[in-house]
Amino acid sequence: MYGGGNTFEGIKTDSLAQEDPVKLAEFEARIARGEKIEPSDWMPQLYRKQLIRMIEQHAHSEIIGALPEGTWITRAPGFKRKLALMAKVQDEVGHAQLLYSAAETLGKSREQMINDLINGKSKYSNIFNYPAFTWADSCFISWLVDAGAIVNQLANAKGSYGPYCRALDRICAEESFHLKYGHHCVIYLATGTPKQRAMFQEALNRWWAPMMHFFGPSDKISAHTEVLMKWKVKMASNDDMRNQFLDMYVPKIWELGFTIPDPKLRKNPETGRWDYTEPDWEEFKRVINGDGPCNKERLEVRRIAEERGHWVREALKAPKASYVMPLA
Amino acid sequence: MNEIALKELLYKIADDQLILGHRNSEWTGMGPLLEEDIAFSSMAQDKVGQSYAIYNLLHALGEQEPDTIAFTRNANQFHNSIFTELPNSEYDFSLIRHFLYDTAEIIRFDLLTRSAYQPLADLAVKVRAELRYHTLHANTWIKQLGSATEESISRLQHSLDTALPHALGMFEESLYEQDLIHDSIFAGEKILMERWKQQVEIILSKTQLQLPDWDTLTAVNGGRKGQHSEHLQPLLDEMSEVFRIDPTAEW
Repeated sequence: MYGGGNTFEGIKTDSLAQEDPVKLAEFEARIARGEKIEPSDWMPQLYRKQLIRMIEQHAHSEIIGALPEGTWITRAPGFKRKLALMAKVQDEVGHAQLLYSAAETLGKSREQMINDLINGKSKYSNIFNYPAFTWADSCFISWLVDAGAIVNQLANAKGSYGPYCRALDRICAEESFHLKYGHHCVIYLATGTPKQRAMFQEALNRWWAPMMHFFGPSDKISAHTEVLMKWKVKMASNDDMRNQFLDMYVPKIWELGFTIPDPKLRKNPETGRWDYTEPDWEEFKRVINGDGPCNKERLEVRRIAEERGHWVREALKAPKASYVMPLA
Repeated sequence: MNEIALKELLYKIADDQLILGHRNSEWTGMGPLLEEDIAFSSMAQDKVGQSYAIYNLLHALGEQEPDTIAFTRNANQFHNSIFTELPNSEYDFSLIRHFLYDTAEIIRFDLLTRSAYQPLADLAVKVRAELRYHTLHANTWIKQLGSATEESISRLQHSLDTALPHALGMFEESLYEQDLIHDSIFAGEKILMERWKQQVEIILSKTQLQLPDWDTLTAVNGGRKGQHSEHLQPLLDEMSEVFRIDPTAEW
């Protein structure tokens, strides 16, 4: 999981005024040639700031996303699912670790980032502000939220910042297993008892709107990000990614005999793109600004985890602690 | 070979691994740092996987399918030690339990590599290799936090004092102890406990933690006979919540 629906600030027209024009031109030429920017290379302040913001949001999404799915580890039905879900959520936490490290190369510490998460200064993927009521909800997340994340991350993996791209390459390889796991779980619900089918249909009804929100506001209303596209920070428009997701997964959902709760959803034969009911962007804004069903709970759990672990992290810093040889 | 004795041995080992694996997995998303979150998750996967392998040995001996065994029994049918079912509490307790438990488990599986019951001996070789990482992990952290700050030392000491009587409950003897020893299936809890005490003493001597005199401690027994604390049934209810919606369904 779980990147996607990154929110970017609108770019002010004068934000590059203080940059050295020669260095800036050289930087942009490198990106245009497809070169990667590495941590010690020169970069505009705006590039650094927006990258930190994006990678940090992605990392937060991984650890917050572990919460709704983690709840189902202790409830997973049977050994096969229990073992797979444990491994999957562990991967997500591992992704957070990779991503925080990638963001740290830009000069912000993991501790600062986690503090900003807890105090509400930085965001995470909006979709995790919704509750996972049943096992089928967790299957929806594993299959379709991960699928959405892959669409987003495959695009971002072709971006310009080396450490982030390398982290994403590893992340995408693991995500493809998550997708298989999630799809497998959903197939079992789809072909199981009427109760199992109903469980997934209900999950689909609950999660469709947040899933459409996942890729971020419509291009018609989202902040202008041309310079971020030029710098290969943002790699595809929100609507393009949403369309790609619908292209890949709507047929699979229909194939399993489920009904997607949007009567307008259809592929337009003239445009080759999907028509759908415009998601409620007011709700998206309301939820991302803190007023969703689970925002408070998610941040509270994270805050408690940080607080309870504080003494452990302090003890690791203790000067009198003797060094113990790491395992590998 | 006394098959009832063998099955009882397998049940208690598998139940221990399943229940503690389940507890370890509760740290997912809650660890004091990401690296520990990930480590407890790895150990959880190993332990649950090991329980699955042992339930499969039981299945080969005529018991039910592993899923049925794990997800449909009630607390009084479980033979795990009470120690494994206690809530995670704070990280200091989880870490101390992990240390005391895995120190015993690696010795237990080392003894089992010489079991006369060959399928168990074969499995024990594999499990012992996995447990090596669990004890390395536990020892590393106990040594670091057991000598770091006043707070970390006092927390670990408090948890050690709370945990030890329960830890001794791991070595509660079976009714068939003598049969197991006689048939060379398992060398017995007494030998295991003596070796465990020595190893615990070695590791703790490298920290500022104090071990009480073993003679002053009374083991909290009962788990091996299906007598559990109030914590096991809620754990099992949660674990089987989805499975019980329809135990005949495939999930």
